[in-house]
Amino acid sequence: MSNTELEIVVDDPTAPEDNSPAVVSTGVVDIVVSLLLLALAVVLGWDNWRTGASWDSTGPQPGYFPFYLSVILGAASLYGLGATFVSRREAVETVVTRAQLRRVMAVFVPTFLFCLATQYLGLYVASFLLIAGFMRLVGKIALWKSLLTAFIFTAAMFMTFDIAFDVIMPKGPLEAAFGY
Amino acid sequence: MEAFGLLLHGFAVLLTWKTLLLMMVGLVLGIFVGVLPGLGGPNGVAILLPLTFTMDPTSAIVMLSCIYWGALFGGAITSILFNIPGEAWSVATTFDGYPMAQQGKAAEALTAAFTSSFIGSLVAVLLITFLAPMISSFALKFGPPEFFAVYLLTFCSFVGLGREAKHKTVISMSLGLLLAGVGMDTVSGQLRMTFGSAELLRGINFLVAVIGLFGISEILLTMEERLALRGHAAGISLRVVLSVWKDLPKYWVTLLRSSVIGCWLGITPGGAIAASFMGYNLAKRFSKDQESFGKGRIEGVFAPETAAHASGTSALLPMLALGIPGSGTAAILLGGLMVWGLNPGPLLFVEHKDFVWGLIASMYLGNVVGLVLVLTTVPIFASILRVPFAAVAPMIVVSCAIGAYAIQNAMFDIWLMLGFGVVGYVFKKIGIPLAPFTLALVLGSRAEDAFRLSMIGSGGDMKVFWSNGLVGGITTLAIVLLFWPVIDKAIAGLGRMLRPARA
Repeated sequence: MSNTELEIVVDDPTAPEDNSPAVVSTGVVDIVVSLLLLALAVVLGWDNWRTGASWDSTGPQPGYFPFYLSVILGAASLYGLGATFVSRREAVETVVTRAQLRRVMAVFVPTFLFCLATQYLGLYVASFLLIAGFMRLVGKIALWKSLLTAFIFTAAMFMTFDIAFDVIMPKGPLEAAFGY
Repeated sequence: MEAFGLLLHGFAVLLTWKTLLLMMVGLVLGIFVGVLPGLGGPNGVAILLPLTFTMDPTSAIVMLSCIYWGALFGGAITSILFNIPGEAWSVATTFDGYPMAQQGKAAEALTAAFTSSFIGSLVAVLLITFLAPMISSFALKFGPPEFFAVYLLTFCSFVGLGREAKHKTVISMSLGLLLAGVGMDTVSGQLRMTFGSAELLRGINFLVAVIGLFGISEILLTMEERLALRGHAAGISLRVVLSVWKDLPKYWVTLLRSSVIGCWLGITPGGAIAASFMGYNLAKRFSKDQESFGKGRIEGVFAPETAAHASGTSALLPMLALGIPGSGTAAILLGGLMVWGLNPGPLLFVEHKDFVWGLIASMYLGNVVGLVLVLTTVPIFASILRVPFAAVAPMIVVSCAIGAYAIQNAMFDIWLMLGFGVVGYVFKKIGIPLAPFTLALVLGSRAEDAFRLSMIGSGGDMKVFWSNGLVGGITTLAIVLLFWPVIDKAIAGLGRMLRPARA
């Protein structure tokens, strides 16, 4: 087997451009995340203090362990915040470019809609819509291929989980109409 | 040799058509997951976990561990044929693997990669077979303080020895420990951090978090990249396999060295990634002909692959013997064990002998079956990459959602998964490591219970963690490791101060 010609080639029609402008830099994200974590630490710490974070006759109260963890989390976030302000050099690094963010959103938004649809229409209908829609709109794949793939995959999942393995998934009006 | 008898019994349990079939299915799924960009060992195991919920524990763990072996094998295929490491631990394999493929020696490189993976795993499984029962019988004498000290050691070594910024490791770990505490407190029965929400009463399920953190976030990350690729197609003939195997004894030093490195880094939380690079670098340093590395030398494939697999496999040793996973994927397997009501740790070897030895036997069998399977089916798996990612991505999303929902039959968990997906994406972007988070989340409640039980036992005296040589030694080691970077610097500084004085 010594054929060296390239045989497998896959293209990516909607790939992000390389020279897209940056949306946000590492420093900014670092600061925002540190602030969010700090807020979380304060909220959780306060809740545990309320539950009881000291000692009683039997040993530490339920809030003891998590309270001190919140303190550690808060301290580490504060340190992170300070470290970001001190080293402005790192801040120039790009976290995500505009083209990349567009692609990430192209996955995230459909995933979010899929979760929403699962709540009201059931998982199988939602998954059919997600796969067909994503392949057609994001992947620019032929409509019949998208619909067929979505149908086969969804049907296979239904057979595997609900019928063969008895793992029951959320269902909506369509399944109800068929008596499931 | 009680262990040997039990191992043989384990083989007897496994050698049924049903189990062998499950193994094949697991391996195929695993290789699939390993080959696809944006999915790896931990994600694959997490997503496919729900499939096993209705099986008996032995079949389930056999299938899951085979998914894991499959993913380890699969990572090498894309590294060699496409110069795209399917997994971070296959990066070092591309250094010499891809040049070999360019020179038309793809089949040799693949055979070398699979064979050395097999050897690495085999060494690690042998280690598990002989060491795990010894460690677990030793650990049976542990009380709560000893267990807490061991947990502490695990957490501290992550902070002290990790390569990421220390405060980021601490953030990741304390967040995981905190989230593990959400819900009903197991000791007092009080509610904690639920803020009156009925959904949070159940607590935050470890597997839901993992599916979001690794599955969803990985898809978001993968979409950022240009997904076009071009590479070589290859089939492996028996003649190539035999010729590579004939040369194998020549490289026994490399293989042995990499196995030892891998086993060591797998047991300590160093991980397969570090092991593969270290294996490669050492092979290069000790070679007489350093220049030829990176230009398609077969040793450059042997070294990292052996180390990565030895490490990936031996990460299961502390998980089985002590209930402490040595890697992210091992943590997920541990989460799986808990779903089936098996409590990993030393008692597992006493209470569920059949299960443990069945699992160890499946490691031997899974590797043999896996080697044969990958050698024969490489062309099929390489062509999986022709399937556009736009078709694969939504299917992975659906599988993640099914997985998250199936664990507790809760719609809330699907939303939680999505939330963790975003968290995982952001964390990966700014370099907050996810492995400590995973580990903390799965060990959190047990570490806390151990701490509180030792406090109750001692009447609140912290000296209990230094009450005898064993627990004192572990606790002290933990603290030394926590401050290791500082100590390391201090020693280096001291050395520098002394040397000029002597000169």
